[in-house]
Amino acid sequence: MACVNPDGTLTESAIKILESLSVPKSPEEIANFTDVPLFKIRSALRDLINAGFVNQVNDKYKLTDEGLKILKK
Amino acid sequence: MEQQRIMPRIGEPAPQFEAVTTHGTLRLEDYKGSWLILFSHPADFTPVCTTEFIAFQGIYDELKKRNVELLGLSIDSVYSHIAWVRNIEEKMGVKIKFPVIADLNKEVASLYGMIMPGESKTETSRAVFVIDPEQKIRAIIYYPLTTGRNIDEILRLIDALQTHEKYKVATPANWRPGDEVIVPPPNTQEMAEQRMKEKYDIKDWYFSKKKI
Repeated sequence: MACVNPDGTLTESAIKILESLSVPKSPEEIANFTDVPLFKIRSALRDLINAGFVNQVNDKYKLTDEGLKILKK
Repeated sequence: MEQQRIMPRIGEPAPQFEAVTTHGTLRLEDYKGSWLILFSHPADFTPVCTTEFIAFQGIYDELKKRNVELLGLSIDSVYSHIAWVRNIEEKMGVKIKFPVIADLNKEVASLYGMIMPGESKTETSRAVFVIDPEQKIRAIIYYPLTTGRNIDEILRLIDALQTHEKYKVATPANWRPGDEVIVPPPNTQEMAEQRMKEKYDIKDWYFSKKKI
């Protein structure tokens, strides 16, 4: 799932995923929380990690400072 | 000499890939834990494929109830795919909600043997690969360019495979959910004698059916 638009802004689904990470979650928990299919969550998390908005800690994913910053924009 | 083409077979691990799709870059491993129907169509903006896409979308909700995802593929660009699915929504009123692989370099098509060069060297045939949650290939269907698939049969196939998984039984010809299933045949003489005393619908020692 492409998360970052060509102009650097986030897609609606990316915002939904980032907003779900107020506490660290596993991909399965994010899928349940957002009602987005698990395969899309896994793909989106790769994009969001590459963009620097999310970090993986063990089997959970959490917002980075950059992720927090872009959400507040 | 022509290079030998290796096609995946039923019971083998599904070949892994990463591909550009209408829903971003997806990997086969993203589907771990759910069933997947990976299917190819010859080309965007063609009539038979359009009817198939509408029919696949028609069973998508039923598939999701069964923990099955859909992933299309053709040798077209992602822009062509986007234009086509938008056209289907605009002209036919059907929103295509599953992703479609833009396999311009034929990487996934070649990996799965979706191209039948005797029929076309530039298009994928109508291939269907049913991949289970452990990413093993469980069924393969091929149709030629000229003939649209029976999409209802694909749903029936999923029901039969999942029934086998759940109850360890086989399903007879034209089986539908609710019909009797086949009890695995006994494989020793003692088991055959025992089978004849069971309360199944017994045609003979090797052929028993039961309700589930």
